[in-house]
Order: sequence, then C-alpha cells, then structure tokens
Amino acid sequence: MIGYIVRRVLYAIPILIGVNLLTFALFFVVNTPDDMARMQLGAKRVTPEAIERWKAERGYDKPLLWNDSADGIERLTDTIFYDKSVRLFVFDFGNADDGRDIAHEISTRMGPSLALAVPVFIIGILVNISFALMMAFFRATYLDFWGVVSCVAMMSISGLFYIIGGQYLISKVWHLVPISGFAGGTDALKFVILPVVIGVIGGIGAGARWYRTIFLEEIGKDYVRTARAKGLRESAVLFGHVLKNGMIPILTGAVVVIPTLFLGSLLMESFFGIPGLGSYTIDAIQAQDFAIVRAMVFLGAVLYILGLLLTDISYTLVDPRVRLT
Amino acid sequence: MPFQPVILWTDALVFLLLAVLIGVVVYVRKREHLRKPWQRVSQSPSGMVGAVVLAFFVVIGLLDSLHFRVRLDGAAPAGKSVYAVEITSVLDQMLSSLRQRPEKTYSAPLAYRSYARETVELPGGRQVREYPRLTHGGAHLKDPEKEWAGDVGRRVLAGGAIGFILWLLTGTILCAAIAHRSGSSLDRAWLSVMRGELDVPWRAILMTVGLLLILASITATLAAKYHVLGTSKVGEDVLYQSLKSIRTALVIGTLTTLVMLPFAILLGIAAGYFKGWADDIIQYLYTTLNAIPAVLLIAAAVLMMQVYIDTRPQAFPTAMERADLRLLFLCAILGVTSWTGLCRLLRGETLKLRELDYIQAAQAFGVGHARIITRHILPNVMHIVLIAVVMEFSGLVLAEAVLSYVGVGVDPSMTSFGTMINAARLEMARDPMVWWSLASAFGFMFLLVLSANLFADAVRDAFDPRVAVKPFRFSLRGALRKKAAT
Amino acid sequence: MSDTLLDIENLSTWIDAGREPVRAVDGLSLTVQRGETFALLGESGCGKSITALSIMRLLPDAGRVVDGRISLGDTDLLQLSEARMRTIRGARIGMIFQEPMLSLNPVLTIGAQIVEVIERHTRVRADEAKRKARELLDSVGVPDAERRLTEFPFQLSGGLRQRVMIAMSLACEPELLIADEPTTALDVTIQAQVLELLRELQRRRGMSMLLITHDLGVVAQTAHRVGVMYAGQIVETAPCEDFFRAAQHPYSRKLFASLPSVGKRGQALSVIGGNVPSLAQTFEGCRFVDRCDYAQPECRSIVPTLVATAGGRAVRCHYYSGVLGTEGLPRAGADGTNGTSSASAAAVGSEHMAPGTEALLAVSDLRVHFPIHRGLLRRVVGYVRAVDGVSLSIPAGRTLALVGESGCGKTTVGKGILQLLPPTGGEVRFDGVDLASLSASALRARRRDLQIVFQDPYASLNPRMRVNEIIEEGMSALRVGDTPEQRAGRIDALLKEVGLDPASKSRYPHEFSGGQRQRIAIARALAVEPKLIVCDEPTSALDVSVQAQILNLLLDLQRRHGIAYLFITHNMGVVEFLAHEVAVMYLGRVVEQGSVEEVFAGPRHPYTRALLSAVPVPDPQARREVLRIPGDLPSPVSPPKGCHFNPRCPHAFEQCRSDFPAERKVSPNHGVRCHLYDESGREVAR
Repeated sequence: MIGYIVRRVLYAIPILIGVNLLTFALFFVVNTPDDMARMQLGAKRVTPEAIERWKAERGYDKPLLWNDSADGIERLTDTIFYDKSVRLFVFDFGNADDGRDIAHEISTRMGPSLALAVPVFIIGILVNISFALMMAFFRATYLDFWGVVSCVAMMSISGLFYIIGGQYLISKVWHLVPISGFAGGTDALKFVILPVVIGVIGGIGAGARWYRTIFLEEIGKDYVRTARAKGLRESAVLFGHVLKNGMIPILTGAVVVIPTLFLGSLLMESFFGIPGLGSYTIDAIQAQDFAIVRAMVFLGAVLYILGLLLTDISYTLVDPRVRLT
Repeated sequence: MPFQPVILWTDALVFLLLAVLIGVVVYVRKREHLRKPWQRVSQSPSGMVGAVVLAFFVVIGLLDSLHFRVRLDGAAPAGKSVYAVEITSVLDQMLSSLRQRPEKTYSAPLAYRSYARETVELPGGRQVREYPRLTHGGAHLKDPEKEWAGDVGRRVLAGGAIGFILWLLTGTILCAAIAHRSGSSLDRAWLSVMRGELDVPWRAILMTVGLLLILASITATLAAKYHVLGTSKVGEDVLYQSLKSIRTALVIGTLTTLVMLPFAILLGIAAGYFKGWADDIIQYLYTTLNAIPAVLLIAAAVLMMQVYIDTRPQAFPTAMERADLRLLFLCAILGVTSWTGLCRLLRGETLKLRELDYIQAAQAFGVGHARIITRHILPNVMHIVLIAVVMEFSGLVLAEAVLSYVGVGVDPSMTSFGTMINAARLEMARDPMVWWSLASAFGFMFLLVLSANLFADAVRDAFDPRVAVKPFRFSLRGALRKKAAT
Repeated sequence: MSDTLLDIENLSTWIDAGREPVRAVDGLSLTVQRGETFALLGESGCGKSITALSIMRLLPDAGRVVDGRISLGDTDLLQLSEARMRTIRGARIGMIFQEPMLSLNPVLTIGAQIVEVIERHTRVRADEAKRKARELLDSVGVPDAERRLTEFPFQLSGGLRQRVMIAMSLACEPELLIADEPTTALDVTIQAQVLELLRELQRRRGMSMLLITHDLGVVAQTAHRVGVMYAGQIVETAPCEDFFRAAQHPYSRKLFASLPSVGKRGQALSVIGGNVPSLAQTFEGCRFVDRCDYAQPECRSIVPTLVATAGGRAVRCHYYSGVLGTEGLPRAGADGTNGTSSASAAAVGSEHMAPGTEALLAVSDLRVHFPIHRGLLRRVVGYVRAVDGVSLSIPAGRTLALVGESGCGKTTVGKGILQLLPPTGGEVRFDGVDLASLSASALRARRRDLQIVFQDPYASLNPRMRVNEIIEEGMSALRVGDTPEQRAGRIDALLKEVGLDPASKSRYPHEFSGGQRQRIAIARALAVEPKLIVCDEPTSALDVSVQAQILNLLLDLQRRHGIAYLFITHNMGVVEFLAHEVAVMYLGRVVEQGSVEEVFAGPRHPYTRALLSAVPVPDPQARREVLRIPGDLPSPVSPPKGCHFNPRCPHAFEQCRSDFPAERKVSPNHGVRCHLYDESGREVAR
C-alpha cells in the first residue's frame, strides 16, 4: 500500500512538470512579454520605456530559458522560466500585479472558500442520494418518471439562473438573508446559507439522475434477485444490498473532487461577494493578472493529482475486492 | 449581383458539418443495422419532441450562417459594384423590421412607453418628466391607454389563427404522406396518428410543431408593431438579440466537438489498441490536461489569444471577422479541454474490444493494424462517440454563458446568451427590475438545452441499452382484461 | 394431506418486448411431489427459467404472469399479497442460481448474507444466527466454516460459492428448492461434487427439488421425474428411468439422438433441422411440427394437448392423443438421422494412423508465461505460468482433443500455437518450420495453413461487417484468389459448403442464430484453405441439437479436405465422438495423452480418472462411483512443486512432491506422466 502511494506521488511529478511547461508555453512563448505589456498598457500609452518598466516590475525582463549575461548556475536560474515556473514547485508564487504576495493571499482565502464548498459538497451528495434512492425505489412508476423529467429539466437550467433567481427571490423579495458579503466566525452562516441552498439545488438535476442510473444498474444485477429470493423486503434489498454496492462508484467519484473544494466556486463566490479563491481567480482573469492565473493553474493541478490519489485509496477502503487482493 | 457572399470561418465549418451530417444520413439509410437504433430514437416521444424543437433552432442558426454584403446603390464607379462594409445574414434580412426599429433605451415587452423617465418639452415650452412614447413600439396606437389591450388581443388571436391554419396544413401534408406510404386513406391516417397507433410518435411531434407554429406566428404578428420581448439598454430589440444568440450557442455546441473528435478518437483508440508506451504517453497527455482546472486553462488560453489578436489588428479587417475568429478559437480551446473524457472512454472500450475473438481472428489472418483499427474497432466504438457528442452539446451551451460571464467567452460585440445575461445582470438592482433580457436569454437557453437533453437521452437509450427501464408496469389485472377482450 | 407439494396449472407468463408480447411460458402444468426431484429439461429460450421465476414471483420488470395457478401445498402463490409472498420466499421455497459469483453480493461477507436470511424468517438472532450459519456451511461441505463466514464471495472458488448459495437457500429448511442450472457454470469435477451434495441434502431433508437444466446427464444422475420443455410448453413428463429407457415425444428422442457419444463414432449425429419458432405468435398446431420427422397434416391444424399415457407419463403429441392413433411414434426411423449428412461423416474411423507418421504440427515444450508487475518500478515479480511445457503432435487430417478444466491453460496453448500470444519458450513446428522463429512477413504467409474457430459465436464475428466481408477479410489479407470475382465465387462456394444459403452473404451477423454464426466462423477459417484448424470449444456455447450440426459439419470437412483439428474442449462426449487422440491438461501441463480408445477405456493418471468419472452420463442406471478430488485448482502463479496434481492426488507420495514425472509409455499410443508407473508403463506396487 505504501509502495503504491509512493509510486502515485512519483507519478505526479512528470504531470506537474507537464502542467508547468504547458503554462509556460502559453504565457511566455505564444506571446512574448512585450505583447502582454502592449495589451495591458493600452494602445495610447505604449512607449518602449513603458514596456520596459512594465516588464521590469514583474520580472519579465529576463531571458526566457538561458541567461548569457549571467555566470555559472545563474545562467539557468536568472531566467523567466526559473523564476516563474520552477519556483512554483516550492509554492513560491511571487507577487500579484498589486504587489501582494500570492501565497499569502491564497492561504487566507481558502477558509471562506471551504465554508461554502464543503457544505455544498456534503449536503449535495446526501440530497442527491436520497432523491436517487427514492426514484429507484419507485422505479417504473409515475413518481420515477416525473422525477427523471424534473431532473432533466433542472439540468437544462443554467447555473447562472439558479444564482440570479435565488438571489432575487430570497434576498430581494423575501429579505431573508443578505444578498452578498461575508463575515468570519458564526456570522458566516447567514451569508453562506443562501449560496449553499442554491448550490445544492443547482446540482440535484445531474447528480440525482446519475446516481439513479447507478442504482438501477445495480438493481438489475443477479445478487439483487438472490436477495429478493431470500424474502427480503424491498427496502431491505435497497438499503442493505443495492446502496452498499452503489456507494462504491458514488464515493470514489466524489472523492476526486474533495481536494479541488479548496479552489472554491467561481460563480457563487463572485455573485455572493465571498472573498474566497473562486472570486480571486475570477478577479484575476478579469484584471488579466497573469501571475495569479499561473499560480491557480499550478495549485489546481496539485489538488487534482491529490484527488486521483485519494480516489485510489478510497477504492481500497470501500471495496473489499480491491482491499483484500 | 445584388449581394456579395461572405463565408466566415465558422460558416464554412458549420456547412462542412452539415454536409458530413447529410452524408452520414445517406450512408446510414442504406444499412439496416445502423438504421435500427435510429428507428428506436424516432420511436421515443420525448426524443422526437426534443428533435423538433432542436430542428427549429437549427434552421434559425443556419439562416444566420448565410452571410453576405449588400450592394450599395448609387455611387458605383465605372460598372464596379460597391458593397456595404457591414456583413449581414439571411436571418438579419428576414428580421430587418426588428433590427431597424431601435428605441432609445430599455422598454418592457409589448410596451408603448419607455422604461425610463425623460424630460420632455411640451409644445408650450414647459418641461415635464414623463415616460415618453416609444418611437416604434406601439407607435400605431392613437390612444394607447384604451386601444392597447384590444390591439394586442386582436393580434394574438389573428396570429394564433394563422398558426393554427399553418399547423392544419402541415398535419394534412404529413398524414397524406403517411397514407401514401401505407396505402390507406387520409382519414385513416389522421385517426391512427391522433390515436398514437404508429411506431413514430407523430401525435407528440405534431403537437410540438403546432405549438411552435402558433407561438411563432403570434410573435410575428405582434412583432410587426411591438417589441415582443422589450428592448435592451441601447434600445435593441431583445427578441432579435435572442434569435441571434441561437447561432452562437449552436456553433459552440457543435464545432467544439468537431474540433475534439479527431484527437479523442485517434488517441483513445491508439492508446487502447497498442498499449505499452503509446498508452503511457497518451494517458500522461490527458492526465496532464485534465489536471489543469478547465476554466483556468480556457481563461489562460483566451487571455493569450486576446493578446495575440489585440497586437495584430491588421490581420482582422472587420470587427465581425475578429469576433468570428475569436468564436472559432473558443471552440478550439473548449475542444482541447474536453476531449479527455471521450478519449478515456474510447481507450477503455478499445482495450476490451482488442481482446474480442473477431479481432483475434483477424490477427490470425495477419491483417494489419491499420485495417483492424478502421474495420473492426472504429465501427464498434462509433456509438460511444455519438452518445458523447450529443451529451456534450448541452453542457457546452451552458458553459458558454458562464465563460462569457467570467470574461473569457465570446467577443463582447457578438450576441450570445452569455453576453445578454452579462449585460442584464448589472441592471438587477434597478427598481422596477429590468427582467426581460434575463428572462429571454434564460428562456431560450432553457428551451434549447432541454430539447437537446431530451434528444440526447433518446439517443443514449437507443444506442446503449444498458439501463433501459420501461416507464410503466402493466398490472396483472389489466393484462388479464386485455386477454379477455381478445 | 396430499403428497403434492407444488402444483402449477396452466401457467402463462408473457414478456413484453416490442409490439407482440413473447409468450415465454404458455399453458404450463406440472406437479412436484413431496420429497421428489423434478427436473425441468429444455434448451435455451424454452421458458424453463421463466417458469422458476414465475413460481418465485421474481420476474423481470417486463415479465408478467397472465394466467394460471401456482399452489404450494395449500397456498395459492399468485393470490398472495407481495408482503405475504415475501414470507414464502427464502422460508418455504429456496432458490439457487446458475452463476454463483454474480448471485452473491460482492461487498457483503458470506456470514452476513446467510445470517440475513435466518434473521428474516426465524426468531434466531445475533450469535445464535451466526452459529447456525456456521453449521449450515459445515453441512454443505465448506471446509473451515468459521473463517469463511468473514470472507467475501470473491475470495472463494466457484464450487465453494455455489455451496454457499445452497447453504443460504437451505437456511430456513424450505419445503421446495428451485435449482436453476446450478452446475452449468462449474467444471465437471466440481459439478459432480455439487450434484452429489444436492442429491444427498434432498434425501436427508426429504425436501422437494425443482431442478432446471439443459443437461441430460445431470437429469439422469439427480432426478426422479422429468419434464421436457419446448417453446414454452411441457411436451413430455415421465419418471426418470422410463424417460431414459424410452422417450416418447419426437423432440425428446431427437435430444438423445443428437448427443455425441462413443457409440455414435463414425456416424453423423442426428440433428434437429430448423429453429425454435418465435414465441411472439399464437400457434395453430404443434409447435414442433416444422422440425419433426413424423409430422402429419393434422399436426399443423390441431393443437396437441398433454395426454396421460401409461405408467404415470404424459406426452403432447398426436401420435398418443388419438388424432394419429394412440400407439405412439412409429418405431422405424426412431432416433433416425436427418438424412442429408448421415453418410458424410463415415470417415471418423477407429482405424489408426500408424505412430511415427509425419506430424503436421509438432509442439515441444511450449511455454506461455505472463509476467506479473509489482512494486515501485513495476518490476516483474513473477509469472503466471499458463502453459508450462506442453508437447503435442498432430498428423495431417487427424483430430487431437485437448481436454481439461477451466484455467488449465488449454486455450492459451491454442493461441500460443497460432502465435496470437508470443510463446515464452519451446517450439511450434508446423510442416517442419518453427513458427516462433519466423519473421513477421514469413509468419503471415504461414498463417494460411493455421486457422482458428472460437467458442463464442457472438463475439467472434464483427457485428458491423457483412458476412461476405467477414469471409473475404482473410482471403484478401493472405492473397487468396486473385480477383474480387474469384473471391466472390469462392465465398458462395464456402457458404454452400458450411450449409448456408449464399444469398445471405450480404446480411449482418445479428440476423443469424448461434449455430449459423458458428458456420460463418468456420467458413471464414476455411476460406484460406488451412491444413490445421484450432477449434477452441466451438460448441460449448450451443444447445445440444445445434452442437450436433456443427460437429457433423466439422467431421464432414475433415473427410473432404483432410484438415487436422486441435479440438479444445471440456466435453468428454464430444471427444469420444470425434477425436482420434486426446491430451489431458492439468495446470499448464499435459498429464496423459494417447488414442481416445485407450485413454477413455483405461485412464492411468489419477486426474484423468477423476475427470472421466465425474462426467454425468445420461443413463440413470449407470450411477458410477465418482472419484472425488479434494480442493481446487492451484494458482498458476505458484504451481506446486513436482507433479502439479500432487496436493489433490490420493496416491501422492514423496517423489510426487519433488519431481515432475517424465512421460511413461503405457502402450505405443498412450503415455502418462505419473510416478505411479514405471518406465515400461506398468503400475508400480506401493
């Protein structure tokens, strides 16, 4: 098991290198730093001096890969590639355009992101499983039929609509909770409750339908027939046999996203004014702050690989066939 | 020539796709085993309702993809035609009455007065702040307070009647065709359609067509004199915007998969078939691409693309062409980020297929790899490709709205559901609320995505019968009664 | 209290599929007495499993009972509420299914699954229930029951899993046990053990058993009475002995006649022409009429009923009902063949090709190992020794049968010979050339001479290709026939040769039945005029009557073209019927080989003996002593030292645990690898 985990961690290294090279190519090779400077400064203020100043402020004034003017090891390290890409490996993200330290910013913004993402994740799974079990229990009846129809309808509604509609209805018409904002401690609850409810509702359509398919696939298997042949009640068949088997794909499918919960939700955070990583990312994209985008790409990749690792481990925990062989 | 055709990049690809589609239909029609799953699709009521609505959207999208420049009358030096700079589409021409009736700013659906109060100078020189009459919307009404309701009502009735007549006509033609094919009478065909006795759910199809026709003709009669869905901040007709957005959504939903398919199919099959180091490299490739959060990868790529376009203005003569190329880039980028899922599916399926006896039999004949892949593997994974493509479509349409909101979607000058929502969102705080832009965008998008989802479900059920649950169970008693009756 | 436990009257079960429902069971009546084993016999699709599920009321969603009455003792099962029915299932009726791996819940322990049924129907709880579960496992012969209770199904072998299923279904001492093909998925030695267990349990507990099977041998060994099903109906019921002595219905007789056995060597097997009629129709006459040798005009117009005949028998045939007399079928032509191919297979002689005849294929010390990777760097830590030193030889025009149980490596031998799997070691000499040493292009040229026919007719034909494309593929790859016209002409001839209409060549495989598909697969192999065909269980997925057609065809082709066969199978009847020589494999090695006559008449290796004794014989009189071999096939990853069979061998001694025995010649045509025999092949006294 430990050897397995070590191997997976080692396997992550080439992937992270690949991610790094890809972002490096996108940000510095497709367009030169000069191009970026020209665009950010706007057509009117483009002078060679302004471009040089812009590049110097951000450390883009060095050569890309090989510094001829430096000595020894510095020929390699005093380059954009080393500064901007290699350093990511030690989570040294550098500074944003506004001069703040990105690493620090990320660590303070993780809290609010998790405050929103974790409840949405947990409540969402529970609600989806309940709905899916209900549809599976009443399969081939009107309840199931209309359940599926409403799932398809809910899947077809844009996520933006859930947010805008929910904000309008709950905050503006009913005045139940503040429209947006965030506070620490227990005060967070009243700011978080609306986005959580919206997040959960927005996920029911696709989630419940997918889980229903999983349960129905299990119900069609032979061991379910055996359980019925034992004289078990349908509820006992469903909870004692189908659910246990269905949980394997559900759990392992859910585990992969757990680490990425840290990244928060882009839309929710920016609509509800929650100072998490999601809104940080959006702001960075809209402000075209390349340093932050690069940092988030790397962080996302690390978390994704962590998710893959957790998935493998969770398989061995929930499935005796994997655990015991 | 009164016009000069213009083929934008996306137009070319859209029509290429259409040609491929027609080719596939011709190919499939001749082959019974390929036709069979499609027959099952055609027997699904929800799928066919979805297909009808989709077809309606597709027609609008295609009309909007025929671009040209109009010839300018007048100053034509020495027999040379001069064409307008502006590129318009057939749809634009059809909707010119909507396009050429701008108001000053917001107005509610079917309104005759502006949404915003304005200072108006009365003939006596006095100034009052009031809601001014619209320049075009309801301009024909002399005394709008009294006439408005009656006029709208009359138009709805007239439009409904026209729609109904059109529907009857369509229904009759359809039934005549059915009667002709089955050799029965027209009455008989009507009856069997309405009783749902045929394999294809014509009743549901006809109902949908009827609903669409009636709605469309009511909208058309109203639109002649009103802004049916109101106007936007700059006074543009929202109905027009919504119809224009359809093409953008369709292009993103279809061209993206067109971009991604070659990657996914080639690499997926290669990984599964050759295994070994080829598999390792391809797996590494898609795991790496997957590791980057999709939005960030798209954002990074779009930002870079923007830098590229902005620094090379000479390459893109018109705003329209620039926007079009940006749309194409967006499709390509979305394609690059979304091929991994299908690639993995195909790899898994190929791994299974290559162990099958018929492939072993081919190997026992010494048949080459290329031939085994094209004749034995590719045809047997095409259903997975098809299911993936139709399932992907609705997700992409929804994604466009989100990306436009984030600021990495289509060009701001291009009409799309995303840009409509983005613009209208800022007006949420106004009181009374400006709701119609949002509602139209969401409404049209919902209809498009819902019909695509319904169609996709029918396709998946027909091609992948793993979980096919019959919707209703026959009761023991009902069956016995049926038996007694015969 | 009457002696009838289960009484089914006029049961009709329909399956909704498409426009017309499939009448899977149509007016079926049968009774099972207390303490009796009733075997329901029939080929696939005849409705026997649906009958069982109807009794349990566990039909799939699309199925429904539309008519009839099912009584268990005094209880009318079809009138019960679902809740009441649940108190019957598992308590008064137990059921076991075909596939024990799929029928047990993979994520629950064996103990939990047995305790569950005990707690559901009795007041026994907790530790007491666990103790009872252990007793049950003991009683069905699961060794080390205490430990097994905490294990998961995947940790058990197939035979043990089926024993667990039996324990589970017997937990509440049901009056009736329904066994739906309980041994079909098991190997023949395991099958013998499980049948023995069922027989014993049934006798000891005095319960009734409804045994559903397609295997006449299983019926003969287990049942008291038999019901033969055909197309949704029972066509004959009889006491077991009477049935095997003289079956009455033409269909039953045909089943016997199409069974391959040593007695029919040299003749063509009788076949049942045509196909089972579609059940999505109503019948005007007898359902068997189109395939019956005795059919008369009356059979088409009058629907026969099940009429009682003497000796507690009943048969659904006009020859007994009075329509065509009551005397029964005319004697002449009984068990007769269908004419067409009767004379053709006469060549399977017992005449022997003299030993030393030039071998067409000579395999020596063939090894196929699959590496196992493990650890940080995916190092190779071991090998699955699927084939571990196999030597065979086949002269031209002869048939060598390679027999063995699943997992013994016999399919891998076939693929290794064809170079579909790269051999790890040894030689495969074909016509004197070692195939493994050939370059890719030289090997391709050689592929004309060796072809293969697979087991599963549904997986062996590409569903997206037309029949002519399938057959042409090999021809164009190996450049057989110069022009497309020549090839097209050859395809027509080939289809005719394998008994298919050349007009069907532009159709797709799904339009053909299993037997027809197997014919297409044979035509595909024949297309390149091979000298040797590896037949990998070509008939084991087929019904007996269809199997007979394919066997006849293969024999006929051998006679006409002089093709040699390597026939891989586990069916001893087939071996006796068509093979000249036989090689018995156990865990990657051949333990005994020789001419079929000598090996079957006088098996020497303890494994061969056990294997042959375990084959159920379709004759109730011949209840032979089954030589039991304990335990399961060991893993080919770490085979036992010495003779692979030694841990399970009742005669094993010191030497068996250290050395793998060399081949001893018992006779010129018979060799065995066993320390029990000395160099001259005589048994060593110990």
